[in-house]
Amino acid sequence: MTDDTPLRTPDGTATPTLLRRIPWRSVAIVVPFLAVFIALSIGSPAFLSFQNIGNVLDRQSGILIIAAASTLVLIAGGIDLSVGATYMFTSVVCGTIIIRVGGAEGVALGIVLGILAGLAVGVVNGVISTYLKINPLIATLAMSFIILGLTKLVSQAGKEGVGQIRVDFEEFTWLAKTKPLGVSLPTWIALIVVIVLGIVLWRSTFGRYVYAAGGNAEAARLAGIRVNLVRIATFALAGTAAGIAGVIDLARVPSVPESDAIATTLTFTVLAGMVVGGTSILGGEGAVWRTVLGILFIAMLYNGFTLLRVDPLFQGIALGVIILLAVGFDAWSRYRKR
Amino acid sequence: MPTDPAEAGAAQLHVELRGVGKSFGGVPVLADIDVVIEPGRVHALVGENGAGKSTLSKIIAGVHPADRGTLLVDGDEVSFGSPREALDRGIATIAQELAVVPALTVAENVFLGREPRTAGFVDRRALKRAYLELAERTGFDLPADAPVGSLRTADQQKVEILRALARGSSFIIMDEPTAALAGEDVRRLHGIVRQLAASGHTVLLISHFLAEVLELADTVTILRDGRLIRTSPASAESETSLIEGMLGRSLGAIFPDKSDAPGADAPEVLTVTDLVAPGVHGVSLSVRAGEIVGLAGLVGAGRSEIAHAVFGATVRAQGDVAVAGVPASDSIPGSLRSGMFLIPESRKDQGLVLGRPIRQNVTLSDLADVAAAGWVMTGRERTTARRMLERVRVGGDDRRNVATLSGGNQQKVLFARALQRQRKVLLADEPTRGVDVGSRRAIYDLIAEQARQGVGVLVISSDVEEVLGLAHRILVIRGGRVVAELAGDDMTEANILTAAFAEPITSETP
Repeated sequence: MTDDTPLRTPDGTATPTLLRRIPWRSVAIVVPFLAVFIALSIGSPAFLSFQNIGNVLDRQSGILIIAAASTLVLIAGGIDLSVGATYMFTSVVCGTIIIRVGGAEGVALGIVLGILAGLAVGVVNGVISTYLKINPLIATLAMSFIILGLTKLVSQAGKEGVGQIRVDFEEFTWLAKTKPLGVSLPTWIALIVVIVLGIVLWRSTFGRYVYAAGGNAEAARLAGIRVNLVRIATFALAGTAAGIAGVIDLARVPSVPESDAIATTLTFTVLAGMVVGGTSILGGEGAVWRTVLGILFIAMLYNGFTLLRVDPLFQGIALGVIILLAVGFDAWSRYRKR
Repeated sequence: MPTDPAEAGAAQLHVELRGVGKSFGGVPVLADIDVVIEPGRVHALVGENGAGKSTLSKIIAGVHPADRGTLLVDGDEVSFGSPREALDRGIATIAQELAVVPALTVAENVFLGREPRTAGFVDRRALKRAYLELAERTGFDLPADAPVGSLRTADQQKVEILRALARGSSFIIMDEPTAALAGEDVRRLHGIVRQLAASGHTVLLISHFLAEVLELADTVTILRDGRLIRTSPASAESETSLIEGMLGRSLGAIFPDKSDAPGADAPEVLTVTDLVAPGVHGVSLSVRAGEIVGLAGLVGAGRSEIAHAVFGATVRAQGDVAVAGVPASDSIPGSLRSGMFLIPESRKDQGLVLGRPIRQNVTLSDLADVAAAGWVMTGRERTTARRMLERVRVGGDDRRNVATLSGGNQQKVLFARALQRQRKVLLADEPTRGVDVGSRRAIYDLIAEQARQGVGVLVISSDVEEVLGLAHRILVIRGGRVVAELAGDDMTEANILTAAFAEPITSETP
């Protein structure tokens, strides 16, 4: 009886004009990224050099790792405001252990425990913002204060007298100084993390669950997905990523500046990168490659400002304007889609 | 400008369409429509999804201009450039999605943006006076100072209607006004529509509910595939004649032939004993293989709560659930493993991940079947999803966002998800809510087919006819309990309603 029912796909309300066909949301970050890249290549001869690009990537490697993992948190419907604090905490844990234990074992133990400290913070973040039903925004904000406090507590043990934790040992700084194939090891690590997380999100069942948890948590739950576990896993990944980044950057500097402002700035830059890349703050949409472009876009802008000798005070203003444009564009493209 | 009482009592409008046609991107969605909408009447538009009802109403409301033909208002040829212009002419649309400000009062919402002011400040007394005047004139009374958020949905719709009336609208377009409503609110809204007509306003009603159309409308226009089938007095139509007009063929019955009820020797696939959970107060029931059991009752009686508790979606305080004799764990993944599947009540809130592709929505529940070692095998996923979508007859590219599908096709996507594995028990909560007639039949066929294959089906529906048409046996739920069990000749609308509203009628209940 129903076999002769015509298969009618949507109700014919879509107007397929060229303007509407372009998937605006997908290309959003690509166009300005390329535009600024080309403009800087022309405007500043120093920009498009292997050394300059290599430097930028090396310095962004930590933040790229954190932002890639934070993207999963955001897509799954959470948000992690504690990544900056966790980053600083893991740095201090790693540095303190290296100093206290000493030697190559100290370095190995410091690296492992530093990363594990990040994982632990991530799991705690995940559990309180799911099973304890505390809004992740508030939960991770509170956690970041707690972690910064803990950071100071731990660093007492690592400091000899006043000043900062310094770990200027060859066995450790090697991590940041090696340059396989002319590219720094941190850059390689960031590349691997970004690719792995990107593919996990794109092709794994876990990645699917991340999108479903953020897109419609109740539907995901009723479809048999353990939404809370998925979200905890994303927080754990973000914490671990902060741990890796903390260790890498400690090896580069190689001291912990221990400043709350640095932690806060890092968290905000990660958020800005994700938003500028076009990952929805409401969850359910986004991709790792977008965040990578978002973070690099911001880094490129700052780099360009430096090369062109623009007063640094304009950097913040420019970034703020760009974030507003990105969010405004997101709202506009959603509106168009209807 | 504050409200002008004279403006509010606008004259009745005579709206006429002559040879109206409309295409979107070269695809004609309306052709040669001639309709006269008499003032002071309730005029219903019916048709399947995609028949052109909404487009037609949007042409009248000024959202879309007509490509061909003319729109006449009181004999003048008009071409509205925007909804604003139509509104100025007295034509207002009450959308399904309400546009009220919950925190503001009724009076403030009604005069939103047009508040009487003195020296730039809202003149609250004048506002209230204007509201009371309007309420008295139109006969719609709502407490002026109540925050709109505290009102029931039907009353919030009333606020929107009052707002349209305050602007002097006399022609009100209502697109599926009862789709989001339940029970008591539906009755209230029907009252509102009658009241509008009684006070001389014209109502253009778009509705999927044919009983509602026949009850409220004076005139019915049937559309099919963008063409006018006929306009006739509602008194000359019946549900059958409307369905035939909409589908262009006889549906025979809306419901598929019932298979014979499974005998006493058929194994029980679902056994629920003394189940207690939020909203469920001691429910025991069983479903045999191949049996369709209907859960009837009023909205809020606890039917969905029973389904959720059985499925492990809410915490069970007490009681046992067994699938094919094996106790089922009280978690959703556990229930799925034991062979249960729930098609939830609200496909938008509980069923689909809107914003994701159709394909991924199909495979969401059993992603492991198309994955290896945690990685989605996209080729396998594609073939599986396509096979399922073919079975439920949803066409087109399945990489499209699921939100682009019509309500009926969205519901079929959920069935496609259910079909991915052989289930033992299927719980279908309001499977045809907001679904057009054609898709409804397809969904009934799917349910009947599942039963024939030996699946035990529990169908929850507020539509008594649906329960009667599908089920082998009916359980009536009231206050989170089974108050009546009806089978065979006892399955009548009267018996269901009696049990749902009042005293139990069978001997086996307390």
